[in-house]
Amino acid sequence: MLNSVDAGNDRSAVGNDAGGAAVIEANGLSLTFHTNDGPVHALSEIDLDIRRGEFVSLIGPSGCGKTTLLRVIADLEQPTEGSILVNGVSAEQARLNRAYGYVFQAAALYPWRTIAANVALPLEIMGLSKSEQAARVEKNLELVNLTGFDRKFPWQLSGGMQQRASIARALSFDPDLLLMDEPFGALDEIVRDHLNEQLLQLWAKTNKTIVFVTHSIPEAVFLSSRIVVMSPRPGRVHDVIDCNLPADRRLDIRETPEFLDIAHRVREGLRAGHSYDDV
Amino acid sequence: MTAGADYSPEIAASHPVRRFFDWAWSGTVLPVLVVSAAIVAIWYLAAIWMNAPFQRDLFTRADTAYSTSELVRATLSQERPVLPAPHQVLQEIDKTVFRTKVTSKRSLVHHATITLSSTLLGFLMGTALGIALSVGIIHSRALDRSLMPWIITSQTIPILAVAPMIIVVLNAVGISGLLPKAIISAYLSFFPVAVGMVKGLRSPDLMHLDLMRTYNASPAQVFWKLRWPSALPFLFASMKVAIAISLVGAIIGELPTGAVAGLGARLLAGSYYGQTIQIWSALLVAALLAAVLVGLIGIANRIVLRRMGMAQ
Repeated sequence: MLNSVDAGNDRSAVGNDAGGAAVIEANGLSLTFHTNDGPVHALSEIDLDIRRGEFVSLIGPSGCGKTTLLRVIADLEQPTEGSILVNGVSAEQARLNRAYGYVFQAAALYPWRTIAANVALPLEIMGLSKSEQAARVEKNLELVNLTGFDRKFPWQLSGGMQQRASIARALSFDPDLLLMDEPFGALDEIVRDHLNEQLLQLWAKTNKTIVFVTHSIPEAVFLSSRIVVMSPRPGRVHDVIDCNLPADRRLDIRETPEFLDIAHRVREGLRAGHSYDDV
Repeated sequence: MTAGADYSPEIAASHPVRRFFDWAWSGTVLPVLVVSAAIVAIWYLAAIWMNAPFQRDLFTRADTAYSTSELVRATLSQERPVLPAPHQVLQEIDKTVFRTKVTSKRSLVHHATITLSSTLLGFLMGTALGIALSVGIIHSRALDRSLMPWIITSQTIPILAVAPMIIVVLNAVGISGLLPKAIISAYLSFFPVAVGMVKGLRSPDLMHLDLMRTYNASPAQVFWKLRWPSALPFLFASMKVAIAISLVGAIIGELPTGAVAGLGARLLAGSYYGQTIQIWSALLVAALLAAVLVGLIGIANRIVLRRMGMAQ
C-alpha cells in the first residue's frame, strides 16, 4: 500500500507552485457504516496527502469508497477512526470556513431559481452585497461558457449546461478546493469529453486544488496530475499513480503512447485490487 | 392544386367545424357539459318519480281525473316537493340572490356572505396553524412523536359532536358570532395543511440538503431558501382541500347557533319548515361557493408556480 506520496515532484504538469502546502491530510482514515446486515467497511486505513494546485482523481469500482472519501473530506460523513485535516484544520472547521466547493453527481440546481440565482445561492448565504453577487455570477457564468443563460430556469438547459452551471455555483465563492463527485457521470460521452477539456482549462486558469471522483480510466488519466486507485471491500487506497502529461493537452492526447501507458497502469492497479473479481 | 391535396389530413383538420369538435373533445368543456346534462336529466326523472305518490294522493283526494302529462307537470311545480326540480331551485336562487335586497334576511347573498367570512377567517387560521405545526414537527423529533398522534386523533372525532360544544363553551365566556364558527373551520382545515406541509417541507432531496451543509447555511436559511419553496406545491394542494372543508366547517358551525344567519342556518330553517326548495338552493349556492374558492386557490397556485419557473 502506498501512502502520502510526495506530490511535490510532479508539478511539471501545470505551472502551479511546486511543493505547495498540504490541502488534505488523511491519516489512518476508516469509516464503518452499521447497517442491519452488519457493519460495512466503507473506508479502511486511508492515508492520503493532497497538495495545493494538484488535480487528484479517485478511481475505483462501485463500492470502493471513493465517494465516501470525498464526503469525509467535505465533512458530509464522519470517519470512525483516523484523522483528516483540510487546510490544516479539521474537516468540520474547514466546512464551517467554507473551504471547498462541492459538485455532485447531478447538477442539483434548485428548480425555482434561475441559473443566475442558483449561482448566487452560496453568495446569498454568505451575505454578500447584491452588486458583488451580480459581479461574481457574471464572472463565473462566463468561466463555464454560460453567459446569456442567466435568466433561464434549469429545466430550460441541457444536462451538460446544468452541470456547468453547478460548477459555476461551486466556484462562485472562490474556494481554493473543488470537490467533484462523478460530475459528468450522467452525461453522454461527447458532452463529457467536451466538459473534460473545459475543466482542464478552468483548472489551469484558476489554480484550484481539485479532487475528482470518477470510474472512467480515460477521464482520470486525461484530467489528473495524480490518480489514486482504490479497491473495494474494504475501501482502501491500492495505488497512487503520477501523471505527467503536458499542461496544454487536448483530447487527442488519448491516442499517444504516454497516455495509454498510464491508462494501462491504472487498469493494472484496478485489476490487482480485485476490482474486476465479481464482474 | 391536385385533387389529392384537398383531402390531405392537414386541410381536413383545419376545417372550422372539425377544429371546433377537436377542440371540444380534447378540452374539458364538452365532457363537463355532457356529464352536467346527464345529471340534470336524472334529477328531473328522480323529481317526477319521488314527487308522484304525493301528487297522486292529492289528485285522488280532490277527485280530479288527471292525465300523465298533467301529473308530470304537477310533480315539477309542487310547493314543498320531496325533491324539487332543478328549475325550481334555480328560480329560488334567482329570487333570493338577484331579486332580494342584499341587506334583507331573505337574501341568499346576505347568508352566503356571513358563511364566507367565517370560512375565510377559519381557513386563514387553520392554514397558519397547520404551517406552524408542520414547521415544529420537521424541526423537532420530540414534536413529531408527540404532536402527530394528536393531530390525527383530532380528525377522528366527529365534527358534529365537537361543534356544539365549541359554540356553547365559547358563548359561555362571551365569545359569539364569527369567531366560534371560524374556529370550527380552522379545526377542520388545519389538518390537510399540517399533513401536506410536513410532507412538503421534507420533500427536498438529500443532495439539495447536502449542498446547504457545504455552504454552512443556518437552519433559517435552509428553511427559507430550500424547504419552503420545495413545499409550496404541497401547500397549494393542501389549501384546496382546506378551503373546501373550511366551508363545511362554517356551515356546521351555524347549525347549533339556532339558525340565525348563514347558509347553514338556511339549511336548518328549511328543514324545520319543510322548505325543500330553500334547502336545495342553499346547498347549491354552498357548492358553487366551494367551487369558486377552490378555483381561486388553483389560480393563485398557477401564478405562484409560474413566477417560480416551475409551471412549464
